[in-house]
Amino acid sequence: MTTKTPRLTPQQFEELGKDLDALRQRLLDDLGEEDRKYIYDVVKVQRALEVAGRGLLMASSFPPAWIAGTAALSLSKIIDNMEIGHNVMHGQYDWMRDPAMNSKMFEWDNVAPGENWKHSHNYIHHTYTNILGKDRDIGYGVLRMDEGQRWNPYYLGNPAYAFALMVFFEWGVMLHDLEVDNLRTGRKKWSETAGVRRRMWHKGLKQVLKDYVLFPALTGPQFVATATANATANLVRNIWAFSIIFCGHFPTGVESFTEDETKDETRGEWYFRQMLGSANISGSPLFHIMTGNLSHQIEHHLFPDIPARRYPQIAGEVRAICEKYGLPYNTGGLTKQLSSVAAKIVKLALPDRFWRKPSNPGTRNVKEGRALRVA
Amino acid sequence: MTAQLERKRRFRGLHLLEALATPHSIDRYLELLHPMLVLREIRGEVTSVHRTTRDSVTLTIRPNRRWRGFTAGQHVRVGVEINGVRHTRYYSPATSERSRDGRFELTVKAHDSGRVSRWLHANARRGLVLHLSPAEGEFTLPTTRPDRVLLVSGGSGITPVMSMLRTLTDEGHHGEIVFLHYAYTEADVPYLNALRELAARHDNVRLLLAYTDVEGGDLHGFFTEEHLRAAAPWFAETDTYLCGPPGLMAGARQVFDRLGVAHRLRTEDFAPPPITVDAEDATGEVTFGRSATTAPNSGRTLLEQAEAAGLKPEFGCRMGICFTCTSVKTSGCTRDVRNGELSTDPEEEIQICVSVPVGDVAIDI
Ligand SMILES: Cc1cc2nc3c(=O)[nH]c(=O)nc-3n(C[C@H](O)[C@H](O)[C@H](O)COP(=O)(O)OP(=O)(O)OC[C@H]3O[C@@H](n4cnc5c(N)ncnc54)[C@H](O)[C@@H]3O)c2cc1C
Ligand code: FES
Repeated sequence: MTTKTPRLTPQQFEELGKDLDALRQRLLDDLGEEDRKYIYDVVKVQRALEVAGRGLLMASSFPPAWIAGTAALSLSKIIDNMEIGHNVMHGQYDWMRDPAMNSKMFEWDNVAPGENWKHSHNYIHHTYTNILGKDRDIGYGVLRMDEGQRWNPYYLGNPAYAFALMVFFEWGVMLHDLEVDNLRTGRKKWSETAGVRRRMWHKGLKQVLKDYVLFPALTGPQFVATATANATANLVRNIWAFSIIFCGHFPTGVESFTEDETKDETRGEWYFRQMLGSANISGSPLFHIMTGNLSHQIEHHLFPDIPARRYPQIAGEVRAICEKYGLPYNTGGLTKQLSSVAAKIVKLALPDRFWRKPSNPGTRNVKEGRALRVA
Repeated sequence: MTAQLERKRRFRGLHLLEALATPHSIDRYLELLHPMLVLREIRGEVTSVHRTTRDSVTLTIRPNRRWRGFTAGQHVRVGVEINGVRHTRYYSPATSERSRDGRFELTVKAHDSGRVSRWLHANARRGLVLHLSPAEGEFTLPTTRPDRVLLVSGGSGITPVMSMLRTLTDEGHHGEIVFLHYAYTEADVPYLNALRELAARHDNVRLLLAYTDVEGGDLHGFFTEEHLRAAAPWFAETDTYLCGPPGLMAGARQVFDRLGVAHRLRTEDFAPPPITVDAEDATGEVTFGRSATTAPNSGRTLLEQAEAAGLKPEFGCRMGICFTCTSVKTSGCTRDVRNGELSTDPEEEIQICVSVPVGDVAIDI
């Protein structure tokens, strides 16, 4: 955490916790038919896009059909992964007690098995958000995304690694759960990953079979055109998901924390870290849906298990709460947030001394800094 | 042979469809076209709705092809969405297990503060699609039908024994069947006309209606030994099938116990027995290990205590039927509220909806 961030008094922390708990309770009490209808409406649109996309690609050798089909399939995959998959697997709709929308049973149209992802995302990332050495989403074990990660020559490749991660994002998310960094440092044994690997294999195989064998084969001589269309749709989804997700925690101004700072956190302090460790993206209602409402990353990190359609509704209130306590509410348009992330990726590729003003060297206690790096 | 091949081919087709729909089930697509089109899940469409007594509603249900039928006396889990939430309750088909068109009937009594029963009573209409489970339950007649049988019911508990009666008469069974039903008044008897008709048509069926609140029935008041002797003097030689409200169940169990024929009584409970908090047991602390929470033992069930402590353990029936709530008790002693049995071993799986802690207990929730 940098020095310019306001620290709150213990009373203020307690009050902050109460304010947000009250807001949460109000939302919980209000869940009902409308939320169910909303998610099922989204599912209908997504399935319609998917069927339309696959249908159009039956004529994939005809360029207009290829373009329209690929576009529809890309949108379908984005909605499936973001507004539906990510949110359902967070347990946002578990209260409906509908097995089709239950976090334990849902799978998304993505090679990363839900079960693995839920552990590294719902548990590790959402619990230890932006704690260096604990939140494995800081740099995903390959990038240097925080000055607290000690520089070494490997990081000269930061922009290249980021580009590769963007292009192969779904595979990156899948491999992320292997915790290669922890395997290298010996914190985790290869044998411990047996379950994770088995699930990867099963899920990956089914996804690949569907997108690169079965659907292309159904189109007969147009096999290659269909397979390319499916690959393009996966690529579009990868780029989009990567961009939105990187805007969630890495734009300038977002705080990271050390393990010492976050020992014995109270409820209020946990909320505080979630708010300061996340950034929003402003945009239209349709844009928010296409991001799975991750454009409301702050609201999402405060209440990860509340239906995402509620985030825009409470954004004003959350912002007012931030103002009440003099806390920053980090938001900006997609271009602004993205360029800030890109700048950071480039800047952190080089050693800190390269930049005239080292922001806060040495004040951190990053015992695990090395574990964040994969050489 | 060809039918088998045909089925095999259809199955292979289904596998291909599922590989294309992966990771979603094919039903997640089909149900968007129409909720009854699903191939994997069991569902039933309400085809007619009757209100026979003041507070009950009878639904005729056409199940989809996944439904494998039921045995008289069994029940199904029925799921409906109320204000966005799926609620599941058990209902026992009341029709003969040998219906020709595959349809069956449920009769639901609306309880004053009951969520699902009131909702169904008010909202069930033709076209409503219900989520169903396969039929389950052991409250069934032996396959070699008994020479004589006594069927006893009270209130909405009539449904499983009504199914037994209808099944036996459908089969042309010749043995004696005594059907003893308890209701407040005649107006509260579901299936009154159907019962009278069956009794009139079949010499071996004897119908006895007992009214608790008015005179005029074949018998009067609550279940007693005299009622039992009047209905079936041969009760010691054959099984009696009983289903009804907790009061009737407790009364009948006492009578059978006293007469030394408890083993002759087969029962189905619709509602959990009322829990009496035992002050002597309600001591110590309950530790919810996984959530690192501790609370003083209030003497309620572990499920209720966990919920009171702000936890959200999984549950289904809340009465010991479905095993959804099963959790590992790591240490301590618990009592099963249904039969008073104690679980004293550590690391034992218990159903937390019907277990109350006796002193200190640690449970992995
Ligand atoms: C194996 C089995 C078979 C069943 N078959 C039938 C059937 O064929 N027809 C039928 O109408 N019901 C049947 N039931 C009961 C049914 O499952 C529901 O419990 C009942 O409809 C009440 O649900 P609810 O949502 O309306 O009440 P809830 O909202 O769950 O409960 C509200 C209140 O009603 C009380 N209550 C719940 N059930 C009963 C009951 N049975 N008697 C008295 N009070 C009760 C509760 O204690 C509570 O105070 C069966 C139950 C079981 C376990
Ligand atoms: S909830 Fe069904 S057995 Fe406990």
